[in-house]
Amino acid sequence: MNWQEFFAMGGYGFYVWVSYGLCFIILAANIIIPVIQRKQILRQLALKQKRKQS
Amino acid sequence: MRFIPAPVSRFFHRMASPPHFYSFADKLMPWMTVLFFLLAIPGLYLGLFVAPADYQQGDSYRIIYIHVPAAWMSLFIYVLMAIAGGIALIWRMKLAEVFLVSSAPIGASFTFIALVTGSLWGKPMWGTWWVWDARLTSELILLFLYLGVISLYGAIEDRRTASRAVAILAIVGVVNIPIIHYSVEWWNTLHQGPTVAKADKPSIHISMLIPLLLMATAFKFYYAMAVLQSMKVELLQREQNSQWVKRLLESKA
Repeated sequence: MNWQEFFAMGGYGFYVWVSYGLCFIILAANIIIPVIQRKQILRQLALKQKRKQS
Repeated sequence: MRFIPAPVSRFFHRMASPPHFYSFADKLMPWMTVLFFLLAIPGLYLGLFVAPADYQQGDSYRIIYIHVPAAWMSLFIYVLMAIAGGIALIWRMKLAEVFLVSSAPIGASFTFIALVTGSLWGKPMWGTWWVWDARLTSELILLFLYLGVISLYGAIEDRRTASRAVAILAIVGVVNIPIIHYSVEWWNTLHQGPTVAKADKPSIHISMLIPLLLMATAFKFYYAMAVLQSMKVELLQREQNSQWVKRLLESKA
């Protein structure tokens, strides 16, 4: 089986790859968003603490 | 609590404390990530390259390797949320509240994935993106339940009060879970009947069953990763004025 055949998925390439692509994007977002949020909160809290001390 | 061995009950008492849980989550994360990749990579490889095409559906059936695990997760997470809701209401356990509200977006995501991949599979196989049959409709209701939990939590300012409200919603909504599961048996649906979770042996070939089970288990570990990450955010927001968060900030500065 070559790559072209693999991506064609027997003519169902669109349905299969949109499914897998969407799944990947949504699952990745569910990890990346909280990681970014945590960094933001930690930065904000650190700033607040610094302001209190000075 | 004398029925539970001392080390186990000690473990749960420690886990109920936010700072312990926060550092425990950090320790658990790499293991969950490794296990996820160890299962997902062979699962995808076997599912997309090795498993033969279906004799009726051709290669379109390969959507099954994300559709079915995502649908299972949508039910699994909701049941866990309802259990956490019960614990939160009875014992007022903070961690159970945090677990419940942090799980909701992930559960909603899996429900959405199950619905959309089902639609993308239905179009070439059934000739339609959507039908109002019992399975599809009850799964759509599940999505609304998840969205209900998320928006109800967002609508009430005090997080402890909000948690109690969403705990009740999660518990009440659990009646939908058996309806989804048995919908294909109770009603005449366009959606096919069960092929894996049924009394006699699964009516799916082993070469297709193995990647399906690998992906289903991989999704469990993915859920652990995702829920740990969002629980940490929720804990920081709730406990921002507590001593342990101050110490955490000092150790990072």
